[in-house]
Amino acid sequence: MTTPSPLPSAAPAARGGPAAGAPAGGAAGTAELFALRDVTVTFGGLTALDGVGLSVAPGQVLGVIGPNGAGKTTLFNVACGLVRPDGGALAWQGREVRRLRPHDLAGMGIGRTLQGLGLFDRMTVLDNVVVGADRHARAGFLSGLLALPRSSREERALRERAMAVLDELGVAAHAHRYPPSLPYAVRKQVALARALVAEPELLLLDEPASGLSDEEMAALGDRIRALSDRMAVMLVEHHMDLVMSVCDQVVVLDFGRVIARGTPAEVRDEPAVLAAYLGAED
Amino acid sequence: MPALRPRLGSSPLLRHLLVALVGGAVALAVLTAVDDFRAGQLAAMAYLGIAAAGLTVLTGLNGQLSLGHGAFMAIGAYTAALFLGDVEPAAPLAVVLLAATAVASLVGLVVGLAAARLHGPYLAGATLALAVAVPGLAIYFGDTLGGEQGLSVRVPEPPAWFADLLFFLTAVDPSRGRFVAYLSWFVLIVVLVLLANLSQSRVGRTWRAVRDHEVAAELAGISLTRARVVAFVVSAATAGLAGALMAMVVRLTAPSGFTLTLSLTLLTAVVLGGLGSLAGALIGAALLTFLPQVVTGIGSDLGLDDVQSAELAPLVYGVVMILVILLAPAGLVGTLQGWRLRRRAAAGPAAPAVPATARPSDPTRPSDPTRPSDPTHPTHPTHPTDKAGRA
Ligand SMILES: Nc1ncnc2c1ncn2[C@@H]1O[C@H](COP(=O)(O)OP(=O)(O)OP(=O)(O)O)[C@@H](O)[C@H]1O
Ligand SMILES: [Mg+2]
Repeated sequence: MTTPSPLPSAAPAARGGPAAGAPAGGAAGTAELFALRDVTVTFGGLTALDGVGLSVAPGQVLGVIGPNGAGKTTLFNVACGLVRPDGGALAWQGREVRRLRPHDLAGMGIGRTLQGLGLFDRMTVLDNVVVGADRHARAGFLSGLLALPRSSREERALRERAMAVLDELGVAAHAHRYPPSLPYAVRKQVALARALVAEPELLLLDEPASGLSDEEMAALGDRIRALSDRMAVMLVEHHMDLVMSVCDQVVVLDFGRVIARGTPAEVRDEPAVLAAYLGAED
Repeated sequence: MPALRPRLGSSPLLRHLLVALVGGAVALAVLTAVDDFRAGQLAAMAYLGIAAAGLTVLTGLNGQLSLGHGAFMAIGAYTAALFLGDVEPAAPLAVVLLAATAVASLVGLVVGLAAARLHGPYLAGATLALAVAVPGLAIYFGDTLGGEQGLSVRVPEPPAWFADLLFFLTAVDPSRGRFVAYLSWFVLIVVLVLLANLSQSRVGRTWRAVRDHEVAAELAGISLTRARVVAFVVSAATAGLAGALMAMVVRLTAPSGFTLTLSLTLLTAVVLGGLGSLAGALIGAALLTFLPQVVTGIGSDLGLDDVQSAELAPLVYGVVMILVILLAPAGLVGTLQGWRLRRRAAAGPAAPAVPATARPSDPTRPSDPTRPSDPTHPTHPTHPTDKAGRA
């Protein structure tokens, strides 16, 4: 990882067939990048997730939908180690992950954007994105303390890398500004850039389209499709148009249970899904 | 990317060294020109500045509040005093300073590990307890640490090469007190360079990220505990070093020198100057060193008696502190930077690619009011799951 290739576009091997990425352990035959099996989460008396299982293949775009409070964010939080499940297991590249700590995630190759923004508001846009690239940073404490050439060189490389991603997302002009002074749509792009600069193999997007205009949402859809060339994507989203146009597979949650799964077209016609949505929106 | 070029070009180390060189030359000239009393005051400003710089890194860059940094100064001071007591021959100066730094770092590591799990008022309370407890230890272990009387500190003889060098530069033989003032300023400048390096490195960026958004920082691969503990150790080490210099400047290390007031004074310096700003810490230290005297002087000019004019100083402190918090919550340096940024933004075409909607750069403005978040599916910035699962 020493070449400052701006974006993982320079990772051609990423999806050269099922066997390319994952070691051939675990589930025989199926190319499975990430899986949750029988995950249960309770908050006090409330069961937020109830025996949920799902898996993502390399290069797949998996939609996770469901009414408000269905457990979508909780599912992501389990996948990120932010919430410890009461039961169930996680597997990454065919190996079971036992004690997942949130800060191990980036190193494993999993990126995530937060529902809302979650930007570092007192850091410039560029610094926000450079933090996202921390996975690729090697400089230690001493080289920072003494500002050794090694450290400065790496900083420069990281900034160039961050700049390239901002450029790709069309917000490079804001690099030296602070997030609170920017329009919402720009800040959404910055949050996405911060996740992308780490070059994850799996990207978890929690409501990336909230607050976007129709054109911006269409552009986001194109972007996600393009991203799936080089990474798997799990997408939580309320905008059905986006979900239907972008996802390969969809999982529907309601009250913490999987009530339907399949291609967007299959899921759309499920009576249970219609009932859940009609029930939720009275 | 034209905007990026000039920033990439300059190496931070060269920039910091250049500023340090100029600062060092000015300090040398000033310390040589002033009388012994002023040199002593400047030495006090230096050790306060060192400790404040360490605190501003912890509180301003990493968001951890410490009300007990005087305790780390005490630890450094007592370590130095034990080395510079009656034992013959006295240890070399560098060893004394390093030992004080090391002992304070070690204690900082222990406290930092606890602090990393505490937040807001709990952290404030814990560090407050530390500030009260450490001087108490000196009384409890009175046999070694001198009890209420404290330990007297023998100021070390300036090394021969230093005396020669100074004589060569200024044609004056330095007294011991003067030597400690030079030493304090030398250490101050070294500390500021190192902290400035850190602040602009990966380490400093990590600290800021943790301060601004814990979960987002973690998801970027940053260990919160590690970042917090490292910040605490750096800050404690700096305070310990400041304490060692304080012991040499004051020539005495006693519990009365490390009351809660000292810790609060440091915090005042940091807030006055602007949280997170090293220059601000230095300005704050200068204000706290020289303001009392100026105020007392004004008091006697106004015809107050000695006691009354001496009591004026804390009053003015308090008023200045309140004014700064009300009128310039970013501190002196932060406010100046804010003005500069706004002037540059108002100047317009300097930042050409910024769309008009983003121009008014009021940092408190939450978002573009022309398009609030999607009304049908509002985002939840304070959604419970955003901070879910923290044990
Ligand atoms: N940390 C927590 N403590 C207690 N309850 C929680 C916590 N996090 C989530 N919940 C509850 O768990 C349920 C699922 O919440 P979750 O945020 O996962 O829903 P969601 O599908 O993301 O909803 P939305 O579409 O509104 O974002 C909700 O009832 C929520 O109130
Ligand atoms: Mg949610």
